[in-house]
Amino acid sequence: MSAHAYKKKNPIWDWLTTVDHKKIGILYLVSGAFFFLLGGLEAILLRVQLLYPEFDFVGAATFNQLLTMHGTTMIFLAAMPLIFGFMNAIIPLQIGARDVAFPFVNSLGFWLFSAGGILLNLGWFMGGAPDAGWTGYAPLSTTSPGNGVDFYVLGLQISGIGTLIGGINFLVTIINMRAPGMTFMRMPLFTWSSFITSGLILFAFPALTIGLALLMFDRLFGTQFFAAEAGGNPIIYEHLFWIFGHPEVYILVLPVFGMFSEIIATFARKRLFGYSAMVFATALIGFLGFMVWVHHMFTVGLGPIANSIFAVATMLIAVPTGVKIFNWLFTMWGGKVSFPTANLFAVGFIPSFVLGGMTGVMLSVPPADYQYHDSYFVVAHFHYVIVGGVVFGLFAGFYYWWPKIFGTMLNEFLGKLHFWLFFIGFHLTFFPMHFLGLMGMPRRVYTYLSGQSLDEANFAASIGAFLMGIATIIMVWNIIQTAIKGKKAGNDPWDGRTLEWAISSPAPEYNFAQTPLIRGLDAWWLEKRAGNKGMVPAEPLDDIHMPDASILPFIMSLGLFIAGLAAIYSMWVIAIGGLVLTVVGMVIRSVIDYHGYHIHKEDLPAEGGKGK
Amino acid sequence: MRAEEMSKLPANPERATLDGKNKFLGFWFFLGGETVLFASLFGVYLGLRNATNGGVTSNELFELPLVFIATMLLLTSSLTSVFATMALKTNHFKRMIGWFVVTALLGLAFLGLEIYEFNHYVHEYGHTMQSSAWGSAFYTLVGTHGAHVTAGIIWIALLIFRNMRRGMDLYTAPKFYLFALYWHFIDVVWIFIFTVVYLMGKVG
Repeated sequence: MSAHAYKKKNPIWDWLTTVDHKKIGILYLVSGAFFFLLGGLEAILLRVQLLYPEFDFVGAATFNQLLTMHGTTMIFLAAMPLIFGFMNAIIPLQIGARDVAFPFVNSLGFWLFSAGGILLNLGWFMGGAPDAGWTGYAPLSTTSPGNGVDFYVLGLQISGIGTLIGGINFLVTIINMRAPGMTFMRMPLFTWSSFITSGLILFAFPALTIGLALLMFDRLFGTQFFAAEAGGNPIIYEHLFWIFGHPEVYILVLPVFGMFSEIIATFARKRLFGYSAMVFATALIGFLGFMVWVHHMFTVGLGPIANSIFAVATMLIAVPTGVKIFNWLFTMWGGKVSFPTANLFAVGFIPSFVLGGMTGVMLSVPPADYQYHDSYFVVAHFHYVIVGGVVFGLFAGFYYWWPKIFGTMLNEFLGKLHFWLFFIGFHLTFFPMHFLGLMGMPRRVYTYLSGQSLDEANFAASIGAFLMGIATIIMVWNIIQTAIKGKKAGNDPWDGRTLEWAISSPAPEYNFAQTPLIRGLDAWWLEKRAGNKGMVPAEPLDDIHMPDASILPFIMSLGLFIAGLAAIYSMWVIAIGGLVLTVVGMVIRSVIDYHGYHIHKEDLPAEGGKGK
Repeated sequence: MRAEEMSKLPANPERATLDGKNKFLGFWFFLGGETVLFASLFGVYLGLRNATNGGVTSNELFELPLVFIATMLLLTSSLTSVFATMALKTNHFKRMIGWFVVTALLGLAFLGLEIYEFNHYVHEYGHTMQSSAWGSAFYTLVGTHGAHVTAGIIWIALLIFRNMRRGMDLYTAPKFYLFALYWHFIDVVWIFIFTVVYLMGKVG
């Protein structure tokens, strides 16, 4: 049966049917990068509109669509899949696993995400994109004319299911698939933080599912959930959205905290300072993340008691976050710190993110929040945490793990140019926004009047956005150059500490020919210090079991895509047809046995050789 | 051969393989997510249960005898699925299938009552999803539960038909076991619906 593994496959069919976590990781990274460029383009169009007072570039209606799609795209279609891409590409390697727990579910998660992402963006071509903000507050969203918000509701619903099952897959993978000796307190920080993030996904996304479902019912079936005139209550939507929405912030930022922990330790050539405090702080942030959602709703008027409780809970989060910041600083302290691009982004992140954290504490004070609410101060705050945190982290992880994922080295000169342009552009864009907000400029408004001291800061912010755009183009140029003539990367280009650097770049299909034995924290570093060329195997060389590829995830996602698109136009026969297609896919999956196949041990490359 | 294999099945066949362990744990996590899903719906229901928009109220609408019968049907089906699980753990395949058939039939009877109940409310009282925010919340919460019961019945029917001939092994045992977990979960949700929707609707 091993012939199966070596049969020449049609590449397109291979990518559509793959259940290999490394390939699914690349699919996530490529589609996440595409949506990142799209969301970035939307941001630049927004900043062109705000370049001058009373400027007429895109106009109010398009501005509303652009700002809605910029937020929605960046959060759900760029940051989430990029994080899932790294989780897929790296976590099984870090815990010494041959595969994830549910390869089929993993593939289904990706295809559902992409079906939802495409559906969401179809609005642009079919009569107008969503225009009620990324939060989609009722009654603005329930009364928004046209079909724009329907694309938002159904697109997010479908991609949300994909995210949820992806989260379950990683929870089980990390609990059940660790190599012998890889105890919980020996897991690399990226694995730890992704584990906690997966738990947050599991408990946060169902609230969004319900919020979106009720919004859909109100819009498509005439229910009265959020219609105040019929006894409904629009505040319920805000609660549901933020019960999801605040944990979502931590879903995004915790995995990149993990990335920073590994990158900073690797390039300081020291073990991470306060490993167990880092783990505990991550868990605590995840836990507290569920008890602070009302700080998005201080001005709703829930009363002083509710506001105070949520304000205190919000301030508490600064404690574990501070623990992390200090641990990163102490990791660098006394280390032999080098600054390749990955570490530049990691070190650049620290002051940028601290600024976002400081404004976060300011916003957590309810009376002050009444002043900041819905102003550019809030825009500055969350871009400092999301760009200064998540995007810097994704870039750092991108430069750090690119050799492991693709087997080549990115150009360091272009990388450093990318960092400096992006870093300067980022601060130039968002730092002036603090002052714009304090001077009273409201967010989500398409223009402003001259003579109110808003001109210069807006102009500077737009120039900064263009700089970030140029930086991103340089990164794309770097990728193209590297794809054409990048120099080959070795197994361990950074003198890394964790298990993924012990195997070839890129990793072979089966990851580890023999499951490694883990003998401590920073497992690979320990073996290198002990003078070993590779990991000590925990099992004799044997046939390797591999999962079957399947087209069903693609077909099931296509079914939901058809159902969603048809439902927007109330074509119920086609919608039910799409759902039937999905259910038939599930039935086929259930009825047919998939036993997988084996790669025979005789067919494995010799010890120390490159994977096929 | 088959009989020999069966006698060799370990004590907890549903968790004897890595695949079985993964499914077991993954499904518990899935139920955790489902808990948040239903908790959100309960929250919405509690927020809107008095928003009758001048129409019929819950006290006028609900008839406890009907709901009591439905509750008993579903609780009994949970008991029969426990019998099925016990048969699964002791490798009595035929007995397990028998109890799962009874479980599915009780589930069908419950579903029949629910359809009758909804139909009754819509046509006798004009209580619909659109008539008031309470109506929207009621049909969404109870209807989502009903949809879960329906999915469960289709699931177990499929499992029974697919595995009738080949009996129990380490590959099929987790599949049956997960259904039993799911069925208990649906039952627990119903107990909350019975309390929060019906009992509180009558006296609250």
